[in-house]
Amino acid sequence: MKPVSQKAWFLVAPVLLLVAFTAIIPLMTVVNYSVQYVATNAQFHWVGDLWYREVLHSEKFWNALWRNLVFSGIILAIQIPLGVLIALNMPRKGWGVPTCLVLMSLPLLIPWYVVGMIWQMFGRVDIGLMGVMLRDFGYNYEGDPLDAWFTLIIMDVWHWTSLVALLAYAGLVSIPNAYYQAARIDGASGWQVFLHVQLPRMARVLTIAVLLRFMDSFMIFTEPFAVIAGGDPVFLSTELSQTVELGQRAAMSIIYFLIILLLSWVFYTVMTRDDGEPIQTGGKSGSAS
Amino acid sequence: MKQGRFAFVVPALYILFLMTPIYWLVAMSFKTNLEITTRFTLFPETFNLDNYVKVFTDERWRAVFSNSLIYVGLNTVISIAVALPAAYAFSRYRFFGDKHLFFWLLTNRMAPAAVFTLPFFQLYSAFGLFDTHIAVALAHCLFNVPLAVWILEGFMSGVPREIDETAYVDGHSFPSFFVKIFMPLIASGIGVAAFFCFMFSWVEYLIADSLARSAVLPITTRLQALSQASGTDWGVLAAAGSLTLIPGAIVIWFVRNYIAKGFALGRV
Repeated sequence: MKPVSQKAWFLVAPVLLLVAFTAIIPLMTVVNYSVQYVATNAQFHWVGDLWYREVLHSEKFWNALWRNLVFSGIILAIQIPLGVLIALNMPRKGWGVPTCLVLMSLPLLIPWYVVGMIWQMFGRVDIGLMGVMLRDFGYNYEGDPLDAWFTLIIMDVWHWTSLVALLAYAGLVSIPNAYYQAARIDGASGWQVFLHVQLPRMARVLTIAVLLRFMDSFMIFTEPFAVIAGGDPVFLSTELSQTVELGQRAAMSIIYFLIILLLSWVFYTVMTRDDGEPIQTGGKSGSAS
Repeated sequence: MKQGRFAFVVPALYILFLMTPIYWLVAMSFKTNLEITTRFTLFPETFNLDNYVKVFTDERWRAVFSNSLIYVGLNTVISIAVALPAAYAFSRYRFFGDKHLFFWLLTNRMAPAAVFTLPFFQLYSAFGLFDTHIAVALAHCLFNVPLAVWILEGFMSGVPREIDETAYVDGHSFPSFFVKIFMPLIASGIGVAAFFCFMFSWVEYLIADSLARSAVLPITTRLQALSQASGTDWGVLAAAGSLTLIPGAIVIWFVRNYIAKGFALGRV
């Protein structure tokens, strides 16, 4: 057990001060705005929960929230199985390992706006490879909202599936060889090995992958902004930055933040559940190779 | 474990899918605007470096690149400096409110940037920091400090506590132990945390855009302004876009074995 020491507070004090400045003060400002009405002469008037009621009765808010959930659901349904499939087939030794890791990580390090820009160019029917190919197959890409959805989903799959694959791969390489030998002696088929050996050992990293992907897709803003320049589909972040009325925007921020807080709590519970037990970590065994 | 003989096909196809749009961007950067808009060519007809020459000779492009690199560098240094002692405290001691604090840090990593753009603008304006590198660097601490604390805590917990105790018995003070003995032990962890701070600050757009106007304009804001204007210079845009891939591609090599651990916030 770790010793109890209140002096540890001195060590966390710098973080506390910094995050207080970058997070608490701004958040309190938002709370303050969310209960006031700012008149044209910069006079503040207390309005209580008016803005909250307005947001919760606003169809645009619910539509944006609904779209966000559908988007997150679709990309999770594609990225998680695809990421696991890629991880299962990635090489385990030799020059293929660093090649795969580096090339797959590349999309993760591209500025988000540039990701959107790349796909905007790629999908254009006049100059983009994908747009021109689709046009030549007789499909007029561009135009209706469904095409925008399609672009966003394929872009997100392109951008983030590697994250799932990398995490699943780290889980896979941490499985001791003895497990596979035992499974072979038992005469287990490939599918049974996956179901009873590999999947349970990947459970923790996959949970992390699901939660990270869910939360990050839940606040997506930059990439759709770059691809479709403010048109449909409108997500929560887009809706938020397009709201002009200060109080309404603040109230929406608080509601948005509370949803995230709830999700973070789930995340935290999952992440720290197994803490304290020694775990064979993927990062360490990966570094040994 | 046994993999099928054709297992390599899956990652190979996936990497092909990843590289195609990137290839298109890079190929465009070598084409002339005439070729881009009038002829559809899979390969650039001639390797034309004019677009890159335009980017490198234009004072404004040079400025936005260095602006981005400056605030990203500042942010990385600040984040690691404050996260190191905090991560040590979390990994070695229990104290009043430690679990709540750790959770609260995480919520900041998860907070949507759109929520913070408005108050950030007002906060940094009030301190006279609006449109400075330090403002963007501090604002990015919102998500990078929690990330660094989580990653470093994961690495530090892998170092046995006996090492600390032996060092104290040998007469080391806390600062001398921390700098001379402990930090070399978690050097790879510091490298990974620094990489992730660099990365998330480099890819972020919304906050950087809202806190910088003229003096510290980030690269992505300039790309945005130009790509949504009429009469776009596609070639130059593609060249500048291609250049933004380079910092990530360089640093990724150093942390290739740890990248999964970093994304899992230090606990794969």
